[in-house]
Amino acid sequence: MASVIRAKARFLPLGGGWSLLHALSLGLVLFCLWLLLSGFFVTLLLSLGVVSVAFVVWIAHRMDVIDHEGHPTHLTIRALLYWPWLIVEIIKANINVAGAIVRRRMSVNPSVIEVKATQETELGQVIYANSITLTPGTVTIDIDKDIIIVHALTLKAAEDLESGDMDRRVTALEAHPPAEELPPPLPPGGQTK
Amino acid sequence: MMFALTAAAVLVTMVLTLYRSIKGPTVYDRILGINAFGTLTVVLISVYGFLSGRPDFLDLALVYALINFINTIAVSKYVEFSHMGRPTGGDELGDM
Amino acid sequence: MALFLEILSWGLLIIGSMMLIIGGIGMVRLPDVFSRMHGAGIIDTMGACTILLGLTFQAGLSIVTLKLVLIVVFIVFTSPTATHALARAALHGGARPQLDEPVEDDPASQGEASSKT
Repeated sequence: MASVIRAKARFLPLGGGWSLLHALSLGLVLFCLWLLLSGFFVTLLLSLGVVSVAFVVWIAHRMDVIDHEGHPTHLTIRALLYWPWLIVEIIKANINVAGAIVRRRMSVNPSVIEVKATQETELGQVIYANSITLTPGTVTIDIDKDIIIVHALTLKAAEDLESGDMDRRVTALEAHPPAEELPPPLPPGGQTK
Repeated sequence: MMFALTAAAVLVTMVLTLYRSIKGPTVYDRILGINAFGTLTVVLISVYGFLSGRPDFLDLALVYALINFINTIAVSKYVEFSHMGRPTGGDELGDM
Repeated sequence: MALFLEILSWGLLIIGSMMLIIGGIGMVRLPDVFSRMHGAGIIDTMGACTILLGLTFQAGLSIVTLKLVLIVVFIVFTSPTATHALARAALHGGARPQLDEPVEDDPASQGEASSKT
């Protein structure tokens, strides 16, 4: 079932492709980048920046790459809640893996485990897989439909991942896409592991 | 003082990753070593800017971070498919 | 306040340096390419990002700070993607992770749930 939804999510132009909100978001980010890299606040340079940003947004519109995946504006608030938790997890995993490396006899138990990604959209799966890779001790090596194959360095890293906490949080992160991007509803029980 | 210490630590780690990328038994070890080396170069440029009291090199560090990323992706793709274009065999090889 | 920021910056720089060296040692000591990716992960996340954040507290609030934060954001977003691309290339190129106990030859195509001890 999840694979059907994933296939639809890939082939349907979600959100109609072009949306003004995403274009504005892209333009704002690009203009902030311009200000950051130039550092001069002179009228000539600012107007040149505006022209460049408008040009780039127009090209991106022509390339049809402005969509909810490139600029996930619907995730902003919940992503800000997700990042602190992820940072704490990264620090804990770092201490664990560093402790395993510096032992005289390395206490590593490399293993390959498979975890199920319960996210509905590809964007959610990408966020989940990248979170796994960003946490030291676990590296995503392949994705097969909704099964993520993970190489885990230590036993504790594998256990932490298999508890499914990160999976639940990422699913909650992308839980409520905007109305026009809503995939067909899952049957009850389709989401449970 | 502490910038010098940090720069020394970065240099030591660069030597370790360089050892891995020279010694590495497979080509993937070498790519991994070069990727880490690039990240360390970014850090070293930033730290050296503070060490010399002129943090003006951060633009270079920024650009180097992006080039390093593209470098790793391109070399991984080249090694995986043996060319830079579309994969020729099988659907499961695409989309990289 | 300035003293507090100084101490915080010191601490972050020292922790980052230690983590860099530990990650480098891991890249030398760990047995195979998939394990070494974890060492590179330590260098990327805890090492580089912590040092750059420590420099951020050193610079005060200026355009330098924002550039450092931008570098951290770039590293955090690009590092897992690069690692994943490399891992996929290694897996398709025939490298097999060295495991504790023997499992099926190709872990990517088997449906079994777990191979950990």
